[in-house]
Amino acid sequence: MTVSRRGLLAATAAAPVLMRVQDALAQGIAPRRGGTLTSILTPEPPVLQIGVNNQGPTLVAAGKIFQGLLTFSPTLEPIPVLAKSWTISPDGREYVFRLQEGVKFHDGTPMTADDVIFSITKFHFELAPRARAIFALIDKAEAPDPLTVRLTLKQPFQPFLLMFDTSACAIVPKHLFDGQDYRTAPAVQRPVGTGPFRFAEWQRGNFIRLERFADYWKPGQPYLDAIIYRIVPDSQSRRLALETGQVQLTQASDIEPFDVPAMRSRPNLEVSIKGWEYFSPLSWIELNHRVKPLDDVRVRQAISMAIDRNFITQRLWFGVGRPATNPVASTTRFHDASAKIAGYDVKAAAALLDAAGLKPNAQGVRFTLKHLTLPYGEVWTRLAEYLRQSLRQVGIAVELESTDAGSWARRVGAWEYDTTINFVYQFGDPTLGVERTYVSTNIQKVTFTNTGGYANPKVDELFATARNSADPKDRQAAFSAVQKILCEEVPQIWLMEMAFPTIHDKKVRNAITNGLGVHASFDDVFLTA
Amino acid sequence: MEASKLPGFLLRRGVKAAIVVLAIVVCNFLLVHAAPGDPASVIAGQSGAADAVFLEQLRRQFGLDQPLHVQLWIYLKSVLSLDLGFSHRQQQPVAALVLERLPATLLLTGAAFAFALAAGVTLGALAAQRVGRWADSVITVIALTFYATPLFWVGLMLVLVFSVWLEWLPSFGMSSVGVEMHGLEVVWDVAQHLLLPALTLGLFYLAVYARLTRATMLEVADQDFVKTARAKGVPEGRILRAHVLRNALLPVITFAGIQAGQLLGGSILVETVFAWPGIGRLAFEALLARDYPVLLGVFFCTSVMVVLFNLLTDLLYAIIDPRVEVAG
Repeated sequence: MTVSRRGLLAATAAAPVLMRVQDALAQGIAPRRGGTLTSILTPEPPVLQIGVNNQGPTLVAAGKIFQGLLTFSPTLEPIPVLAKSWTISPDGREYVFRLQEGVKFHDGTPMTADDVIFSITKFHFELAPRARAIFALIDKAEAPDPLTVRLTLKQPFQPFLLMFDTSACAIVPKHLFDGQDYRTAPAVQRPVGTGPFRFAEWQRGNFIRLERFADYWKPGQPYLDAIIYRIVPDSQSRRLALETGQVQLTQASDIEPFDVPAMRSRPNLEVSIKGWEYFSPLSWIELNHRVKPLDDVRVRQAISMAIDRNFITQRLWFGVGRPATNPVASTTRFHDASAKIAGYDVKAAAALLDAAGLKPNAQGVRFTLKHLTLPYGEVWTRLAEYLRQSLRQVGIAVELESTDAGSWARRVGAWEYDTTINFVYQFGDPTLGVERTYVSTNIQKVTFTNTGGYANPKVDELFATARNSADPKDRQAAFSAVQKILCEEVPQIWLMEMAFPTIHDKKVRNAITNGLGVHASFDDVFLTA
Repeated sequence: MEASKLPGFLLRRGVKAAIVVLAIVVCNFLLVHAAPGDPASVIAGQSGAADAVFLEQLRRQFGLDQPLHVQLWIYLKSVLSLDLGFSHRQQQPVAALVLERLPATLLLTGAAFAFALAAGVTLGALAAQRVGRWADSVITVIALTFYATPLFWVGLMLVLVFSVWLEWLPSFGMSSVGVEMHGLEVVWDVAQHLLLPALTLGLFYLAVYARLTRATMLEVADQDFVKTARAKGVPEGRILRAHVLRNALLPVITFAGIQAGQLLGGSILVETVFAWPGIGRLAFEALLARDYPVLLGVFFCTSVMVVLFNLLTDLLYAIIDPRVEVAG
C-alpha cells in the first residue's frame, strides 16, 4: 500500500477542522451531561433504517442511530468518524480506511471491516439508487485485517469520499441483514447502529424516542440522556410548540419561512441557516423542453430575466437562502463565481421574446404556460403566485395547477408538465448532484433525472471529462466551461441556493458543528443548565 | 317492539350490511387506485434520488406489478379472512397500525361526543324553556357562532389563549413524553392534553344538538298531549322532561347516530392542529403517501362502524318511541 501525498493531505486536512470544533467548545461552556432534547420531525418517516428509506426526516433521526466512515465540514473537508484515517493511492483508484477501535453496535457486537464492506457493496448498493450508481465503480473490496478496509476502483473517481457520510452510506450490522430481504428484515423495525443514541420507542403519529447508548465509542459522550422527536403535522402548531418551549429545536421545513422573522426576534431562540453545505439544494423552475416555445433558448433567457431572485429570497424566504447565480451552488465544490446568469431585466426579457417572434395579442399575452405548483408547503404556493405575476409582465400567461406530492412525483416522472419547481441536493460535487439534471444520457421517465429533456453534446462531454478525471484541476476546467455554457443556454431557470432554518433554544449547544448540521450524530450536543 | 321479531330483523339487516360493506370495499379499492401516482413514485419523490431499478424493486415489493383485478382479488380474499393487509411502506401490518391509533381516536371523539351531546341537549332544552328571553338569545347566538366557525380556527384560537397567553394547557400531543409518571398523574396529564382538542371538536356538534333540541322541543310543546298534561296539572318540570324532551329526542338521536358512526374516523383537522396521534391523520398521511393498504384499512373500519351504528340507531328508536317498529 502506498501512502500518497494527497492521502496524507486528506488525512491531515481533517485535523484543523476538529481543532476548530474543540476550540469552539473550549470558548463556550463546558459540556454538561444529562437532559433530554425535544425536537420535531415532519413529515413522520415510514421507517428509521437508512438505505431502506432515505427521506430527509429519516436522515435527521436515524443520523443519531447510525454513523458513516466520515462526515464533512462546512467547506466539505472530510472529518473522521468510524474511519479514523484514510489514504488514497496516487492513481486515485485505491482507498484504504483505518477503522476506529472499540466501536460497538447497539446490540453489543463489535463493528468490523466486514460490516463496512457489507454496508457498501451489498446493503446500500442494492437498496439506494445514489449508492448503486457510485459503488458500481468498486472493483474489489477487501479487509486485510478486521480494522482495515481497502477499496479498489475500476477508474479514478475524485468525489468518492463524499459518499461516506452517514446520510449516504450508514454502516449497518451485517449479522442482522445478511441473507435476508433487507427491506423486510426485523432490524428495519428496531434499527441497530453504532451511533451515540439507540432506538428506544416509537409511538406512530406521536413521537420517536432515542436514548443514550452507554457503550458509545467516544468516552464521556454523548452528553444528552435522550432525544425525543415529536410528530407535529401542522406548521402553525410547530411554531407554537417552539414558542412555548415544548420543543427546543426545529429543522428543515418545520417552520415556514414567513414565520422565521418572528422567531429571529425572540430573545431565547437562535436561528441559523448554516449546516446545509453538504446537501446545498438548489431550486429552479423546471422547464419541459418538449413544450414549445420552451425549446427556444431566447424564451428561456427571457423567463430567467423576468424574475427577480432578490425578491424571492428576501420577501418569500425572508433571507433563508440566497439567489442562485448558476447551476452549481456556491457552497458546492467547483462552483465558478465568474459564470453568471443575466440579471433581472424586464425590458430585455420582452425584447428577447419579440426577437423569438412571439408577439403579444390584444390582451398582451404572447403564450400560455401551465405551472404545476410544488406541493411542499405554503411558501411554494406563494412562489408560484409570484411567478405568475412576474411572467405576466413580459406577456407570458401562467395557469397554476395544484396537486399533491404523489401526483407531482408521478407527473414530473412521466414528463406530463409544462413548468414546475424542482430542487435537488448537490452532495458537495457537481458530478454527484448537478450532472444528473443536464446530461442527455440521463433523460429518463423517473423523477430527479433529466426530466426536462435538455440535450447538448458539448455539455455531455464536459460532464464526462469532469467525472472521469483524477486531477481536480482538470475537473475544475471542465466544470467552469460547462457552467458558462449552461448560463448561456439556461436549460432550467435557477432560482435560489436554498437553506433551511435551524431554530433552537439558546440552551441547546453544538446543534450545528459541520456541513450536515442537524443530520450529525449529536454526540457533542448538550443543554446548559 | 315484539321480542320475537328481533332475531329475524338482525339477520336480515346483518346480510344487508355485509353486502353494503363488501360493495364499499370494492369501491374504495378502485377509488384509491384511481388517484394519480403510486407509493413507489412517492418514495422516489421524497428520497431525492431514484433510478428505474429502484422504482421496479418497490413496485414488485408492494405488489403493484400485478394487474389491478388481481390486486383487487388478493385484497378481497384477505379482507374476507379479516386480514387488513400489510403496509410495505411502514413495514407493519395494517391492523397493528390501525389498532395503535384507535385508542387515541376513540378517546378524543368519545370525549367530544359525550360533551357535545350532554351540553348540547341541556343548552337546547334551557333555550326552549326560556324561549324569547335573554337566556334563549345568548344560547342561540353561541350555538350559531360555533356552528359557523371553522374548526381549525377555533382550535388555533383556543391554543393561543390557553397555551400561549395563559400557559395553562399544552398546545399539542396526547401526553407528556420523556417524563416519569404513574397512575393518576398519567390520567391528569392526558386529560390536560385532551381538553382543547375535545372542546374544539365538540363545539360544532354542541351547536348542532342545541339547535336541534331547541327547535324540536318548541314544536312538540305545541302538541295536544302536552296541553292535556298541563290541564291535568302535571308539574311543568315533569312535562318538560317526560313529555316534551323525550318526544323531541328522536331527531337528536338520528344525528347522534351519524356522529357516532364517525367516531372511529376521527377528525383529520383537529388531529392535525393538535398533533393528536389518531386515525384521521393516519388515513390522511396514508393518502398523501399512497399507502393503499393503510388507507383501505381505515376506510374498512370506518364503514363497518357506520353500518353498525345505523343499526344501533334503529334499535334505539324503538326503545325510545315504542310506536316505531323495526323492519328489515
